[in-house]
Amino acid sequence: MSRQSSRLDTKKVNSELLTLTYGALVSQMLRDFENVDDVNKQLDRIGFNMGLRLIEDFLARTGSGRCLDMRETADKIQLAFRMYLNVQPTISNWAASADEFSLIFDTNPLTEFVELPADYQQLRYSSILCGCIRGALEMVQLEVQCWFSQDQLKGDATTEIRVKFVRRLEDAVPAGED
Amino acid sequence: MVIYGVYIVNKSGGLIFNLDHNLPKIETEKTFSYPLDINLEYEPKRISVSFGQRDGINVGHHLISVNGIMVNGGTLEDGRDVKEIIESKDNYPLTLKFSRPKMTTNEKIFLASMFYPLFAIASQLSPEPKSSGIEILEADTFKLHCFQTLTGVKFMIFAENLQAGVDVLLRRIYELYADYVLKNPFYSLEMPIRCELFDTNLQALLDQVEKGGVASI
Repeated sequence: MSRQSSRLDTKKVNSELLTLTYGALVSQMLRDFENVDDVNKQLDRIGFNMGLRLIEDFLARTGSGRCLDMRETADKIQLAFRMYLNVQPTISNWAASADEFSLIFDTNPLTEFVELPADYQQLRYSSILCGCIRGALEMVQLEVQCWFSQDQLKGDATTEIRVKFVRRLEDAVPAGED
Repeated sequence: MVIYGVYIVNKSGGLIFNLDHNLPKIETEKTFSYPLDINLEYEPKRISVSFGQRDGINVGHHLISVNGIMVNGGTLEDGRDVKEIIESKDNYPLTLKFSRPKMTTNEKIFLASMFYPLFAIASQLSPEPKSSGIEILEADTFKLHCFQTLTGVKFMIFAENLQAGVDVLLRRIYELYADYVLKNPFYSLEMPIRCELFDTNLQALLDQVEKGGVASI
């Protein structure tokens, strides 16, 4: 997605390419590990490592500042989904303490052509997204938990990712901002 | 419009990238007769001018060659001791070449890590709460511009005092870093940056700025 000439013209690819590449990755991992739990874990880890790097791209491109509450963070995550996956999740189901919210997807581009076979019901197919959110937020000194509470692949009406604030990583805050 | 160098320091304070862009190279060669009319200071690792500045040879310059033979520490490349040669009358006239000292990579790493606590101290010294660290440090001959990202990476540019729009340039370099360094699967985070695509694109960006100003990016 690098820019050659102007900063706003980003290279676009067809989302089907991403969908199919991701599908190839998951099916290869199922073959390699044979254990669905391991695949879930690895997908989350891959996502985490992607998030660590992707956050810099997001910050460089949007120039956004530091979030000081979870609502701001939710807005930024929503913006990021629009930038990188071209879907706009709805933010809802705020916990009363305002530290937990849901991202609700009508469509999930990663699962566009996917049906889950009966023996893979434990597979969290898109768990790379959770890892990604966790990794990206960790780089800006926010520790969160992130999981799928509903999944269209498993027959739910929508796909829902829950994000829960755990704590601010105080010792990692860069000098000049603490 | 002159940019002297670009440095990137990771969030733990280590230098992960440096580029000397346009440092003027100063070298002066001159033939001397006995007795030598400048004072040299002999240190174990280098021989430098301590007093007696003339003809472009300034105090602080290092001796780099004698009669065209490179000086290596206190000795010549062929093993002879430089101090003995310079002090013996029979060797004159002597052609000595001096140059402005170049920073070694080690010194650069040392200085870049030094900036890290200065940045932190500055933010603590601030009379107002919630101050950032040093963003611009101005000296006689250059200005240091520093931009710290939310993730703690510092981008520094050394530029001419009058260079305008460096903050825009810093953000462009951040974009290049996000694109060519972090999207390179063979780059491990926090480690020195050895990515050719980043080098070429950064060089192109700096050339463009020097030709057309910051407005052109």
